[in-house]
Amino acid sequence: MSHDHKIEKAWQALRTEAIESLLNDIGVLDSAEVDAVVHHYEENVGPRTGARVVAKAWVDPDFKARLMADGLAACAELGIGGPETELLHVLENTAQVHNVVVCTLCSCYPWPILGLPPVWYKSSAYRSRLVREPRKVLHEMGLSLEDEVEIRVWDSVSEIRYLVLPQRPEGTEGLDEAQLAELVSRDSMIGVAHLQPYTGKGA
Amino acid sequence: MNGIHDMGGLHGFGPVKVDPDEPVFVTRWGSRIFCMTQVIDRLGVWNLDEHRHEIELMRPQDYLEWSYYGRWMFAMERILDRRNILSTAEINRRVDELSAGLKHLTPPEHPQRNWPLKDQDKVPWGAWRKDVEVTPVFHVGQQVRVRNIHPPGHTRVTSYTRGKVGTVERVNAQAWVFPDTRAHYRGENLQPVYTVRFSAQTLWGDEHAEANLFIYIDLSENHIEAAGDQQNES
Repeated sequence: MSHDHKIEKAWQALRTEAIESLLNDIGVLDSAEVDAVVHHYEENVGPRTGARVVAKAWVDPDFKARLMADGLAACAELGIGGPETELLHVLENTAQVHNVVVCTLCSCYPWPILGLPPVWYKSSAYRSRLVREPRKVLHEMGLSLEDEVEIRVWDSVSEIRYLVLPQRPEGTEGLDEAQLAELVSRDSMIGVAHLQPYTGKGA
Repeated sequence: MNGIHDMGGLHGFGPVKVDPDEPVFVTRWGSRIFCMTQVIDRLGVWNLDEHRHEIELMRPQDYLEWSYYGRWMFAMERILDRRNILSTAEINRRVDELSAGLKHLTPPEHPQRNWPLKDQDKVPWGAWRKDVEVTPVFHVGQQVRVRNIHPPGHTRVTSYTRGKVGTVERVNAQAWVFPDTRAHYRGENLQPVYTVRFSAQTLWGDEHAEANLFIYIDLSENHIEAAGDQQNES
């Protein structure tokens, strides 16, 4: 199986090299531009951006109200925005309601807020199962929810994007916004994880 | 189209495999395909709905085996070929030459290369929201049924909701492009998008639905119709 895996990657790597070199030759693009985009996604965008939004919402009730009303406008206050997101709805997780996001048709995801999605988010298993048996999927991923908790699955197949606002963990009363942002995981903003109570010992 | 990409509810894919230490890009070639696509997105070569539909046209076995960025490679190559920007024949020859380790590569040659694009041939990539007024037909709290349609081309209405009745949770009253027609350059058909709430019982039946579960899905106005007053969500 791992042998087949390597063969597959080899032909795709070779074909990619052929396409990129030809696009350079005919002047459609310059590989330096592509390098810059790679750098942007590796270094500049990612879940730390979303974590800033979440932490601010926890400490600033007025910001939270604006975020819930118009997610993109509130993110713009923090200088956050970009392609692939034209309207952002924020979903607040509570003790009674748990929100979780998927795209069953492709892999729509709020790139400017969370960066690029992880492989599992794009996998056939997640896309096929989350809308039908989320309790079971979340349990397998390490998040067990009581039957009393209402699960809301958001299948984001339009151009509206979704960000989950996780519950603020216990034990964080004394932390400031920057310290809180450090605690917010990508998975909690997709809705497949809770944040653990804070003990001051670090993750 | 009813294709393998429309995965909601399918059985058989097993557990969700998570790699907690995954880098942003798992393979270098994947990063090149994704980022080349980002560059080309700005050049007026394709629109996003068309790009998504191109992926849907893959053979199902290839869709499942080529990995996520492999699908993007497929779409890039096919659209560039169709637009006479870069032909599959040129790519195949370059692959063969690189594979053989040739030092001298045959320069690209295309009898009718369409590059650079003329301004009138350029198409906008995205911009789904337009600053024009639209008047929504449906309202929050209304029962709506997803139309039972099976168009052979691009559509964003998922199989698992067709014919099912849900409740309008939110009216996104902006003017949104209708992807089903723009993917085929048959107009933007601006219309509201509705977030519709379905019970798990409605979608999956009483016998197999998980408890206390609701599914929310965004649907264009053309994808839904008013349901009878007697219809209940669950």
